[in-house]
Amino acid sequence: MRPFTYTRAEDAAAALAAGGRFIAGGTNLLDLMKLQVETPDALVDINHVGLDAIAPEGEGLLVGALVRNADLAADPRVRRDWPLLSRAILAGASAQIRNRATTGGNLLQRTRCPYFYDLDTPCNKRQPGSGCSAQGGFNRTLAILGASEACIATFPGDMPVALAALDAEIRIDGPNGARTLPAAGFHRLPGDTPERDTNLEPGELITSVALPAPTGGRQIYRKVRDRRSFAFALVSVAADVVMDGGTIRQARVALGGVAARPWMLPEAQALLDGQPPSAALFGRFADRLLAGAKGHGENDFKIPLARRTVIAVLTEATGGDAA
Amino acid sequence: MDITLTINGERRTLPLEDPRVTLLDALRQHLDLPGTKKGCDHGQCGACTVMLNGRRINACLTLAVMHQGDEITTIEGLGTPEALSPLQAAFIRHDGFQCGYCTPGQIVSATAMLAEFREGWPSNVSNDLSAPRLDDEEIRERMSGNLCRCSCYPNIVDAIRETAESVA
Amino acid sequence: MSEPITFKRHLRMNTPEKADFFDQTAQGVLSQPLDRPEGKLKVTGTASYADDVHPPETAYGWFVRAPIAKGWVTGLNTAELRAMPGVLAVIRDDRMIMHPAQGQQGKSPPQGPSEVFYAGQPVALVVAETFEQARDAAQAARPELIDRSDKAALKLPLDDYETPKSKQAAQGDLDKAMTEAAFAVDQVYETPSMSHSAMEPHAAVAWWDDGKLTVRGSYQMLKTNVAELADALGISARKVRILAPYVGGGFGGKLGISHEAVGAAIAAQRLGRPVAIALHRRNVYEATHRRSESRQRIRLAAGADGRLAGIGHEAWVSSMFGDSFSEPVTQASPFTYAGENRVIGHHVARLNLTAPGSMRAPGEAIGVPIVELAMDELAQAAGLDPVELRLRNIPDEDPSTGKPFSSNRLEDCLRQGAERFGWADRPEPGARREGEWLIGMGMASAVRVNTLEPSEAAIILLPDGTARVETDMTDIGTGSYAILTQIAAEALGLPVERVTTVLGDSDLPPSSGSGGSFGAASSGSSVLLAAQALRAQLAERMGCDADEMTLKDGQAIAGNRTRALPDLLAGDTLRGEGAIDPGATSQTVRQATWGAQFAEVAVSTVTGEVQLRRLAATFACGRILNPKTARSQCIGGMIFGIGSALTEHVAHDPRDGHFVNRDLAEYHVPANLDVPKIDIAFLPDRDAHANPMQAKGIGELACCGTAGAIVNAIANATGKRFREFPVTLDKVLAALG
Repeated sequence: MRPFTYTRAEDAAAALAAGGRFIAGGTNLLDLMKLQVETPDALVDINHVGLDAIAPEGEGLLVGALVRNADLAADPRVRRDWPLLSRAILAGASAQIRNRATTGGNLLQRTRCPYFYDLDTPCNKRQPGSGCSAQGGFNRTLAILGASEACIATFPGDMPVALAALDAEIRIDGPNGARTLPAAGFHRLPGDTPERDTNLEPGELITSVALPAPTGGRQIYRKVRDRRSFAFALVSVAADVVMDGGTIRQARVALGGVAARPWMLPEAQALLDGQPPSAALFGRFADRLLAGAKGHGENDFKIPLARRTVIAVLTEATGGDAA
Repeated sequence: MDITLTINGERRTLPLEDPRVTLLDALRQHLDLPGTKKGCDHGQCGACTVMLNGRRINACLTLAVMHQGDEITTIEGLGTPEALSPLQAAFIRHDGFQCGYCTPGQIVSATAMLAEFREGWPSNVSNDLSAPRLDDEEIRERMSGNLCRCSCYPNIVDAIRETAESVA
Repeated sequence: MSEPITFKRHLRMNTPEKADFFDQTAQGVLSQPLDRPEGKLKVTGTASYADDVHPPETAYGWFVRAPIAKGWVTGLNTAELRAMPGVLAVIRDDRMIMHPAQGQQGKSPPQGPSEVFYAGQPVALVVAETFEQARDAAQAARPELIDRSDKAALKLPLDDYETPKSKQAAQGDLDKAMTEAAFAVDQVYETPSMSHSAMEPHAAVAWWDDGKLTVRGSYQMLKTNVAELADALGISARKVRILAPYVGGGFGGKLGISHEAVGAAIAAQRLGRPVAIALHRRNVYEATHRRSESRQRIRLAAGADGRLAGIGHEAWVSSMFGDSFSEPVTQASPFTYAGENRVIGHHVARLNLTAPGSMRAPGEAIGVPIVELAMDELAQAAGLDPVELRLRNIPDEDPSTGKPFSSNRLEDCLRQGAERFGWADRPEPGARREGEWLIGMGMASAVRVNTLEPSEAAIILLPDGTARVETDMTDIGTGSYAILTQIAAEALGLPVERVTTVLGDSDLPPSSGSGGSFGAASSGSSVLLAAQALRAQLAERMGCDADEMTLKDGQAIAGNRTRALPDLLAGDTLRGEGAIDPGATSQTVRQATWGAQFAEVAVSTVTGEVQLRRLAATFACGRILNPKTARSQCIGGMIFGIGSALTEHVAHDPRDGHFVNRDLAEYHVPANLDVPKIDIAFLPDRDAHANPMQAKGIGELACCGTAGAIVNAIANATGKRFREFPVTLDKVLAALG
């Protein structure tokens, strides 16, 4: 860990003015700083700026960026109306980490690609232009969708996958004023700038996440991993499916663990709208969602795994038998 | 800089020359509380679990300097060899440890976990998010942030279940 | 306190114990489920592990690691590092070791900070005033390299193995037996490299005092650790003291001294102040031992009745250059099952990867489960119940040597284990389904060789009638504190509260140390012998023969006379010294421990995930000294088996030899939720050839077989075979199609 200056900000304005890397829960940032994958010169502690309330906003819910994962998952309103969000948070990390990690910080979690963590090996995300060691290496956990020549890292989190499926909105403040981004559009695909994980600009601060009115749909988060608990997703599926009698009125489905961002495809979802649920329909949907999926050897299995998991989750969400 | 915090009910002043000191290293090296263990230093094992304002966290993944005014509870604050907490006694009775290295973290974690359960918090294995029941599967999931390589998990679960039942 | 009067008793185990001593004692504390006497310290955070106590003025060390798998380090940006805040020394010393010592090595491993044999090898040590400064400076180190990685051997080759003569064996004509067999199996299996991953990272705190070195360390075998450290430093073993009162898990990973002991000693010597080095978890993975990966070919040739005519077990494993250790994969295969035609093969490749070493049940932990997979395949081919197939192939004597078994309880374990588990309810392969889950049951025999090692202990009987046990034995979680206390209490007729056990100090009588499942039997026997030396003296004071005297509750009873120990001691302090040595009973009979393991799994047809529903095992391993700690050892061993079957896999990148998953987030030791209910049963058992306590090893036996039972259960659930550990969901998915 390199030396840094430490400043405790007492409000958001002071944090924005301080200039430095924001630290909230610190559960990922300090992990990376200890390994010198991250080497900020200045830390601005935003744990005391407020932004830690969960409050109704219209029919939706406004979640402060400093709300701890555990509090968000346990919030009675979230449990009742956005159970997908509770489920996704509870599927992630450990209770200890969820008690500390924040809503904003979780969105900014960095990849778990082992080469990103290994300073001895090339990694374009860590050191632009140095190369990608994951291709041809151990890429079991890495991307099958939206990857580039430069990078096949995945976004490793769970909560943001649910936020994408729930059509949440990320609210941001910064030197150039406040703005919003859809949760599904917050993270970036690597292209030739894999060092940029998100569309957050330097100096900007996530202030809150807004959940729209609940759909009343059946919400499921299914996470598939190598250990039953306390492990990152190989594939996860977040689904919010609203039925109308025997047909699907609206389905939103996001995949985790397969790309540098939660993977959603509106045109694939359109296939489901107004259709009666069937194995064939879900198969077509999964094929469309996974169109262009490419394995890198070790992670080839993720393509059939994602397909099967999507079909199982949609089957369950539409009242069928997952088997 | 000096920070002041309350540790195990006692107000302590911690001189900090270096903001890089984690809460874990502050406890172990600067405050003479080595009961909290360092297993991985990256939040991956749970050996360093302490309570921060009543909530369990990994002491390795937070900086001491961030805890001005906070209340920390470590294993030393839960009980002593002469006055064990109910969970500590249950861990001994059920042999919920072997080498003992993860044990302080397990016990602090379990203590906080039971409080979380009493607040009605759900877990990833709760069938009903609004009304979780503390069965063995729930205990296992809620304790999965504390690795034990001697693998006393079944005994840990027994110790926690018994304590939860006797308190309830 | 008066000067102790010393009495000694030594036993070389040349003949089986005719009388069972503990059948005659009266205290009734042995074989009781005593709580661990050190438990109150462990649950309150007051048991002090190596890195928990830092003397005043302690400085902190952090290793610089080699970024390449093969080559040389020719220099370092030392001046730059020395100028960094707080840095006290940047050390590249010829005494630094290249990899840890193997168990019982007793001398230094290869030394020097220049030649590199694996990525992550410590090549320099940075010492600073604070932990944070040392870490930062070590991370700023830039070794100057001659990189020969292109010449490195980074994975098991197809051929080009060493085939040490002493490790090959053949009898009869296996090829012919295979040709003539009614049913045969000839398959190749693979097990991955694994890591001990003890929760306490290797740590040492070293200081010098008047030319004498003291190290608080995390080591399993202090007698040889002292010799190794002294040899590495080039000093007399009499000048080295190692303290390891509590060891945060070992599993074989702390058998020998490691980098931190030597590094801390060198740095403390140079700086004239204490130096602490706790390895970062990454260093633990990269630079301490691992279990070798293996390729294993199993051949089984059976007649129409399922009786084996031939067995072949050949293993290909890796080893560090110049090292004598290689995983003895086939160790139990010469004697587990009958069969007159047999081939045992052992092949070793030298790799530029983290050094392989002993990990819990080296050999059988990965050899037995693989044989048991093949036996399951044979059972299916022969149309026999897997338990029945094993029962038909239990030999009457060691089929390779003709020596008798000291005790072979495999049949009892199989029969009683199957009954207890409800094996009769096993479904047809692929036939039981609950929703998306396929349900299956599997079983495996468990077997592990049993050994005895030289061990010494003393018991000091104080004038007040309390006793103190002293030996340099370690308690790495195995229960040494508990069982040694119980043995002394039972033998001396004392309530356990009147016995204190002091361990983990190399100045105390040298024990076997903890390893190879011989610790309890060896150190326990020495404690028993020390107690017997004291009993003889007490009997003399009672004026009777020792076997006419009963000791109970602090009183000596002979005939109608009863005297309290303080009265009998009359102000004297007695010191009993006991020493056990292995003898002819280690040679004249085949000693082993036995078990049968059973597993029930659920396999997702959607994702390929495997969930364990329950595990059960029945073991026969001699007298159980403490059923509570013995059961914990078995649970722990079986959970090692869960990791082996399902989750654990050390990944070295075959392109550059880097240890890819060198942390606890990506090296998946089982978490609490992975572990189901585990049922353990011990058969009443004695083995007169083993040692005077008739107790045997436990903690390793339990992990020999479990993975086989689990993977056989997956085969039963899915109707598909899996021949490569761990059985991760991708492999299951591929098989399910």
